[in-house]
Amino acid sequence: MIEFRAVTKRFEDGTIAVDELDLAVEAGTITVFVGPSGCGKTTSLRMVNRMIDPTSGTILVDGKDVLTVDPPTLRRGIGYVIQQAGLFPHRTVLDNIATVPLLSGWDKRKARTRAAELLEIVGLDANFGKRYPAQLSGGQQQRVGVARALAADPPVLLMDEPFSAVDPVVREDLQNELLRLQAELDKTIVFVTHDIDEALKLGDRVAVFQTGGHLAQYAKPTELLAAPANDFVASFVGRDRGYRTLTFLHAEVPVHPVATAKIGERITVEDWTLAVDEQNRPKGWLSGVDGEVEVRESDLISGGSLYDGSTLRSALDAALSSPSALGVVVDEAGAVTGVVRADDVIQALAKARAAGEVPK
Amino acid sequence: MTWIFENWERFWEVTAVHLRLSVVPVLIGFVLAVPLGWWASRSQTARAVLFPFANVLFTIPSIALIVITPVLIGVKILDEINVIVPLTVYTVALMIRSVADALSAVPGNVIAAANAMGYRPLRRFLTVDFPLALPVTIAGLRVATVSNISMVSVGALVGLGGYGQLFTEGYQTDYTGKVLAGLIGTVVLAVLADGLLLLIGRLLTPWARAGR
Amino acid sequence: MFGWLFDPAHWSGTTGIPVRLLEHLGYTLLTLLIAALIAIPLGAFVGHTGKGGFVIVGLSNALRALPTTAVLILVVLWAGLGDFPVYVALVLLAIPPIMAGTYAGVRAVDPVTVDAARGVGMRESGVLLQVEIPNALPLIYGGFRGAALQVVATATIAAYTGAGGLGRLVFDGLALQDFGQMLAGAVLVALLAVLVDLGFAGLQRLTVSPGLRPVGTGGKR
Repeated sequence: MIEFRAVTKRFEDGTIAVDELDLAVEAGTITVFVGPSGCGKTTSLRMVNRMIDPTSGTILVDGKDVLTVDPPTLRRGIGYVIQQAGLFPHRTVLDNIATVPLLSGWDKRKARTRAAELLEIVGLDANFGKRYPAQLSGGQQQRVGVARALAADPPVLLMDEPFSAVDPVVREDLQNELLRLQAELDKTIVFVTHDIDEALKLGDRVAVFQTGGHLAQYAKPTELLAAPANDFVASFVGRDRGYRTLTFLHAEVPVHPVATAKIGERITVEDWTLAVDEQNRPKGWLSGVDGEVEVRESDLISGGSLYDGSTLRSALDAALSSPSALGVVVDEAGAVTGVVRADDVIQALAKARAAGEVPK
Repeated sequence: MTWIFENWERFWEVTAVHLRLSVVPVLIGFVLAVPLGWWASRSQTARAVLFPFANVLFTIPSIALIVITPVLIGVKILDEINVIVPLTVYTVALMIRSVADALSAVPGNVIAAANAMGYRPLRRFLTVDFPLALPVTIAGLRVATVSNISMVSVGALVGLGGYGQLFTEGYQTDYTGKVLAGLIGTVVLAVLADGLLLLIGRLLTPWARAGR
Repeated sequence: MFGWLFDPAHWSGTTGIPVRLLEHLGYTLLTLLIAALIAIPLGAFVGHTGKGGFVIVGLSNALRALPTTAVLILVVLWAGLGDFPVYVALVLLAIPPIMAGTYAGVRAVDPVTVDAARGVGMRESGVLLQVEIPNALPLIYGGFRGAALQVVATATIAAYTGAGGLGRLVFDGLALQDFGQMLAGAVLVALLAVLVDLGFAGLQRLTVSPGLRPVGTGGKR
């Protein structure tokens, strides 16, 4: 879908931002460019819609050399989302989203209708349409930024550090939202970030750029974690990359039964007992109490993270963060179904490795 | 230009008067504007009163202020004070805003750090706030000085001194050279004064250009 | 003190106050129109390309130093009496603030916004006309209204070379040692300045996007 062929960008001051880049982005996938600042990831992205022109080499979008297309026309066919959204402060949210359709010559009513649809698609209430960007939070602005990029339904979406200016909680929301949207829309997305966790979470494939504009490795997240191409990639991916690999594994872990007691019940505590509420949702642990006692919320030792049956990483984290060393397993309703042990997770990992599920 | 060389003494005499009439108001105006600007930077009420008042002062034409001043303060129409008072008023009106904006723009974390280290208010103002506000303040001072130098000439329309005299005399005798001489004098004086203030500003705020 | 101003005899006839007011307003509005037609395109173009900014700043400063009285007299000596010298002098006075305001306004538009404008496929003319200028409007109005105040005040001087406007009251009063008439001129000019500024403030409210108002006062209903 997008192909870089021996692309080099040398700026006027002589610095080489991108050095002989060869890379192909598959249609319908999210490809993340990641690396430290000054590694050429943003420059590479901006060469796709000719915000920057390469010094040498060729970039093809859908088989067509971008340098043969007039930049404004090219850009209208490629969605573009940037840090801090870059919304037009003098236009309402709806008019911001309708920008590209109007530039492409749609009539006003059709553009407005389309903009209203998109507002819903990115999860914003219709009454946001009449507001101005200054009246939105950073996260909301970024949703509008995504809506604006999607307005003319372009097959390709370029996203330049779109979520780096918002706080971590909102960032996670936006990331999940993007994955949800992508499952529906099936775009070809190139996403630039300096955050390796974001890259591993979002990317179908990740391109790690090294200072000086070299592409150090281009691979699936699991491969990147299991087999970094060089020391730079290894250190960039981080020391706990073994632990991160667990994020991508969904092996079966044995669930053990656990002693539970409802709040207000009188019980004899044996070793570790899990206190639960009326709906059987975990409230905390009881331990080291002699004889028969009443379960009171104030006496509980608060628990660790919960394992919802998703990845091995969350199973291991539940076990490691629990005061009882027993990771609480919950079902979709949040009710306790049992516990997992750390050594079981390690065994599950070993089994997965033996079965060839963990890339070497 | 020839007029200047043929009438060297007269030219210097007029230059001296012009300089005096424009610089004295800048000095007085600046001294008055700093405390007022400081007040405006601290209090919303002060802003709400001072800024509109300063705006209204600007709308009074200089020629009108020059002819009204003698009646209001009871001096003769040909007294230099009739130019000095109006130009001081304009300088204050302009500089209040500059000083207030400059002080408001001092980064809050720097002020917090100074407070945390135990500065008392006056000392903090003199050694932290005011120096950091200097670049913007001096920018305002440059505008005030240049516009004063240009405005002094208006006084000549009622018979007061400065380059303006060359304009009115040139007009009455249909002598373009004399008007041009005054015009060149005004512009050169303005450019020199502006350059001097720019230089002073640079010497006083070496940090402003560091790290560029 | 205000006897002259409120004497009904001075409010009629071809040299009455209403006529002088209209003359003054005429000088002001035509001057501002000419100056805006010159200064806004220049300032916007230089602001957009980012090249030649020092020329704009230098030119503005040099023009600011130019004494309007001298320009007026010089043009009268060259071209003769009439309205033409008045317009030359006042337009030269009005250009610097408008040009500087426009230049500063366009430069001050958030580079992220401009980048986004290009990124969604606007041509350079679109970037300037649809994004940069609308966003620069508050600062353009700032420069324009500053120029308007100066022009209203300075148009008074036009009467020195025999032109009309409220300056007539000041200079005729000066010649006759009639303080009441001078004061009437001063008060009327100040009043006219306030009214003109109010008018442009209204125009600004109508033409500047509510999205650009300071946060907190913005169009939340």
